[in-house]
Amino acid sequence: MESQQTLVNATDRMQLGIETSTLEGRNKVLGFWVFLGGECALFASLFAIYLTLHGQTLHGPTAKELFNLPLIGLATLFLLTSSLTGVLGINAMHRGNRRSLLRWLGVTVLLGLAFLAVQVIEFITYAHEGFGFSTSPFSCAFYALVGFHGGHVAFGVMWISTLMLQLKKEGITARKAPKVFIASLYWHFVDVVWVFIFTVVYLMGIMGV
Amino acid sequence: MAKPLEEVMRHPVHTVVTPEKRFWLLDYLSTVDHKKIGQMYVLVGVFYLIVGGLQALLMRVQLFSPDNHFVSYQLFNQLFTMHGTNMIFFAAMPLIFGLMNLIVPLQIGARDVAFPFMNAVSLWFTFVGALLVNISWFFGDAPSAGWFAYAPIGLNQFSPGHGMDFFIIGLQIAGFGSLMGAINFIATILNMRAPGMTLLRMPLFTWTSLVASGLILFAFPPLTVGLFLYMFDRLFGSHFFDAAMGGNPVLWAHLFWIFGHPEVYIVVLPAFGMISEVVATFSRKRLFGYTSMVFATVLIGFIGFMVWIHHMFTVGFGAMANSIFAIATMLIGIPTGIKVFNWLFTMWGGQIRFKTPMMFALGFLPTFVLGGITGVMLSAAPADYQYHDSYFVVAHFHYVLIGGVLFGFFAGLYYWFPKVTGRLMHEGLGHLNFWFMFIGFHLTFFPMHLAGLYGMPRRVPTYNAGVGLEIWNQLSTIGAFVMAVSIVLFAVNVAYAFIRGKKAGNDPWDARTLEWTIPSPVPEYNFAQRPLVRGLDPLWMAKEEGKATVPPAEPLGPIHMPSNSYLPLVMAVGLFIAGLAVIYHRLFFTVLGLEILALAMLYHSLNDDEGYHVLPEEQPLAKGEGA
Repeated sequence: MESQQTLVNATDRMQLGIETSTLEGRNKVLGFWVFLGGECALFASLFAIYLTLHGQTLHGPTAKELFNLPLIGLATLFLLTSSLTGVLGINAMHRGNRRSLLRWLGVTVLLGLAFLAVQVIEFITYAHEGFGFSTSPFSCAFYALVGFHGGHVAFGVMWISTLMLQLKKEGITARKAPKVFIASLYWHFVDVVWVFIFTVVYLMGIMGV
Repeated sequence: MAKPLEEVMRHPVHTVVTPEKRFWLLDYLSTVDHKKIGQMYVLVGVFYLIVGGLQALLMRVQLFSPDNHFVSYQLFNQLFTMHGTNMIFFAAMPLIFGLMNLIVPLQIGARDVAFPFMNAVSLWFTFVGALLVNISWFFGDAPSAGWFAYAPIGLNQFSPGHGMDFFIIGLQIAGFGSLMGAINFIATILNMRAPGMTLLRMPLFTWTSLVASGLILFAFPPLTVGLFLYMFDRLFGSHFFDAAMGGNPVLWAHLFWIFGHPEVYIVVLPAFGMISEVVATFSRKRLFGYTSMVFATVLIGFIGFMVWIHHMFTVGFGAMANSIFAIATMLIGIPTGIKVFNWLFTMWGGQIRFKTPMMFALGFLPTFVLGGITGVMLSAAPADYQYHDSYFVVAHFHYVLIGGVLFGFFAGLYYWFPKVTGRLMHEGLGHLNFWFMFIGFHLTFFPMHLAGLYGMPRRVPTYNAGVGLEIWNQLSTIGAFVMAVSIVLFAVNVAYAFIRGKKAGNDPWDARTLEWTIPSPVPEYNFAQRPLVRGLDPLWMAKEEGKATVPPAEPLGPIHMPSNSYLPLVMAVGLFIAGLAVIYHRLFFTVLGLEILALAMLYHSLNDDEGYHVLPEEQPLAKGEGA
């Protein structure tokens, strides 16, 4: 019994490092962390622009009049939960459990789609309330920042979906594991950006800061 | 002897597929080999260097005499815009990426870069980006708002044609390429060094490439964002930079210079690295103060992000902001000074050989120091109110960018040409090339200091007679043509090397670093056996111990290589179509172009490249040098 346990642990450990078990995988993981550094600079610029321009509402609606916090809260719930399911997926990958990995990735994708659906509803509502892309510098900066983030979520959904196809076909291999791992890194990053958007755009907007 | 097939069996991930032989042009179009990609980068860079140079010559002809009408004023605006854009984005950037591609993997004992496929994508994005900006001439009008494209002058109201759209979209595409290139080199340098090559044993050129890649990583995203917003403003009716609609034109200036100032260090740091290699090799001495050189490089990269306001002193941010950025700017003089003194002390007591690369390095030193001194002058904010927008500034940044970057590149090109092509260039022609460039350069740009101090503003298509500006402008124009002769001499020298050049051998300069341990030109797998590094300048260490070369770190064996692919080219073509279509608001073709890009990415993701193996029998080098 005990020896069997050690054996399981040994395979566990082998799987644990599967995304960095080849040079190709190590390059991918490192390169992707580096890329996320660049993404930080990208979103930092967008936040700076938003903070510069969000007071310029011209004749259009202001943040206080516009934002519907319960709806945004729902979107936040979807996206934050999807990070958790992403982690559970990576956990399953490390255990070598393809079925569980696919299931958790599937839930992640669905939550991502739910987030996008809420965002589409939100944007359509705003458009009906006279808050289009070119209404005011505030609206431009809002749609640029939140839209860039939404674009990132949409790309992540497509990316993880294609990875699921590959995993279904070939299983968890030293080739596929780094791809799944960096997609999860990306997903967490997009999630963290949303935490900042929620705070800076929505909460501060509601409070009229 | 290694048993190749058994060896291959130990790599269960890969299979043996022998690549088909391709026609050379098709081979280059589909290559993922960092050396061929590097060659193409250098070709792109030299091509746009010539284009930008011709544009400069036209401007100099226009300014030769007062009240001249050689070119129209609008054409003059287009010329200085395209000159600046071409020289920075499509000459300097491809040249640094070219030399990084050609040399960095060799210097760290790697067989390739971390992401060979993405490397090809970077190249082709840069290529189509440059093409898109430059074909604007044939679509009616070239951009004319300066390479910094200040708002509102670059917005629809004052630049109604499509020229600025080509500029924005082209730079965006090329910028994606640069960003991917930077990620690639950071991963390569951190992950793929030969056994024993610790960070503080890396050659200086590798170090400066690493720091420059870090700068690209953090400097390009603000430009990406700025260009996106610019595109929205021009093409989709938003108001980010339009003051009349409540937007903020200074925002663009910030985004541009947050990118633009680090950009100067992005291009000059690798040039510093090349100078360091050349000075050490041709003085036959270890680089003086190696560790301080590394720290100076990192420090320059770090402070380089905190000085961008010095381009905007006259915007009026007030004394506090200007003082902080003035002091930060002056601080950069310290690590740069450390570098200059280290180069001097490397030569001190060395056995200096005046080969062509060394001549360029020696020409670099006083020229760059002059550019640095005028830089410190300009960094004093109150004084800058006087110098601002005058030819004094033009003189300053050409001393830095030609005296620093171009002289550095020429030192590097002459130094590594034999490694890349296997042929030696002609020394006499090389010296002639150097002297024409050195004299032509100072004749062109030294008088500009004086023209600026006498009050000549930048970017003006002409000037009045009788205010004392003629003589300086005439000297500058003559100098510009002398420089043009030096470029022709360089071309002649390259042609000479290919027709009559002597075979270079592994180590024509009696050099110090790993790239000189392997044959010239370099075989596709670079190193038959990866080298074992035991210190800085491993080849020199081996020579001092009386050995022919650096000891190997592994037995001979099959070498895994990535396969060629046309997908990077297809992706770039897709993006080119989308870029051109979005300028003319053609939704169908925009979507089509982006779909080509997306499908190519999807195809690449779904089809893993198995690659192929080069077996020891196919490694000509391995036979001669078997362990």
